[in-house]
Amino acid sequence: MFAWFFRLGSPKHVYRIAGRFLPWTGGLFLLLLISGLYYSFSAPPDYQQGESYRIIFVHVPAAWMSMFIYMVMALAGGVGLVWKMKMADMVASAAAPIGAAFTLLALVTGSFWGKPMWGTWWVWDARLTSELILLFLYLGFIALQAAIEDTRTAARAGAILALVGVINIPIIHYSVEWWYTLHQPATITKMDTPSIHISMLIPLLLMAGAFKVFFAHVLLIRTRTEILRREQKTGWVQELFKK
Amino acid sequence: MNETSMLSVFWLLLRRDLLLAARRRSEWVNPLLFFIIVVTLFPLGVGPEPNALREMAPGVIWVAALLAAMLSLDNLFRSDYDDGSLEQLIISPHPVSVLVLAKVSAQWLLTGLPLILLSPLLAVLMNLSSEAIPALMMTLALGTPALTLIGAIGAALTVGLRRGGVLLSLLVLPLYIPILIFAASAVGVAGMGLSIEAQLSFLAALLMLSITLAPMTIAAALRISLSS
Repeated sequence: MFAWFFRLGSPKHVYRIAGRFLPWTGGLFLLLLISGLYYSFSAPPDYQQGESYRIIFVHVPAAWMSMFIYMVMALAGGVGLVWKMKMADMVASAAAPIGAAFTLLALVTGSFWGKPMWGTWWVWDARLTSELILLFLYLGFIALQAAIEDTRTAARAGAILALVGVINIPIIHYSVEWWYTLHQPATITKMDTPSIHISMLIPLLLMAGAFKVFFAHVLLIRTRTEILRREQKTGWVQELFKK
Repeated sequence: MNETSMLSVFWLLLRRDLLLAARRRSEWVNPLLFFIIVVTLFPLGVGPEPNALREMAPGVIWVAALLAAMLSLDNLFRSDYDDGSLEQLIISPHPVSVLVLAKVSAQWLLTGLPLILLSPLLAVLMNLSSEAIPALMMTLALGTPALTLIGAIGAALTVGLRRGGVLLSLLVLPLYIPILIFAASAVGVAGMGLSIEAQLSFLAALLMLSITLAPMTIAAALRISLSS
């Protein structure tokens, strides 16, 4: 029954399976992206924010992904730490740069949105600040893994750091929120959970789906590359490149 | 392993670390000097206007304390790693988390405690109101042990690296943010004569969390760093 699970421990098997998934994830991503973009632009303009609100169809899914990928990374790191699974280590280190990229995207689009809304590129808003700190956590993880030469040690050290980060993310998030309400009069915070109209919800969910599938797609590609890099001395990789 | 021997090992290691530090004074004196100099730079950078200084004093003193605590972290395990005694500690029959807690306690006595004692002097330099000084000392008393514990995780992860110093700050500083937020806000609020119970409770909670979780994490991180 657990045979499929044990086979996940074999890089050769995962390399093959991941390759078979790639066209499907790529196709699904394009489908979701195109329909999501279509509905993003056909949704009616916001009565208050006009056309510039449309950036939330990129910004919000990117911000969701930035949190989600950190969880994936920490989970994979934890699995690698506990069960000493090589594949989990590879997934964790393959996910980190994607997560950092999504975090950066969320920050940049947030500042694009802030320019017409708030009149400045950057406001020390609670959620923007949390995203910025999350970016630092990602960069710390990447820097630590890059600094340690031995891949096994790098994976385990990174896993510890990711798990420490997971415990700290809620603490950081709520302390930043607390700090923000302390320093700002509650003028902008009224927009925290506005009810969203269905014509705007559909593109938002489509784009969120597209981003999730994109993550899966890139994660598969990066994991395959990582497998080839780490297993380059094994027979099956040599075989693969002889053809 | 019975209780008494674990406790005596704790004291032995604490005494050893303090004795070593007494022989190498610069290691813990330099971060303190750094703390004073950084705080001195601010009035020179932003001007000597007393009200402006008072306004930013809590943040400035606390950021300087964070940096000083972080700066001293690099030698927490470094010299023991270099001469091999860290490996001896790891393979000893005692629980590594207890040994680590002894080392971290010694580190706090050398870097955190003097920081607390020095802070009134800096508060005066920054023109902090006299009501805020006890608050500053209380937040430092609750916050600096947590800083040392959290920072020790980063120090343990980077001890095997040749140039771990800058990397260490990248790993550790984001994790320091909650402590900075609650502590600086407590000092600022105390200056206005308001209650700071909430902030102190948060700081105490963060300290308890780090005392319970950090020693195990540091022990695991040291094992990983020494395994390669």
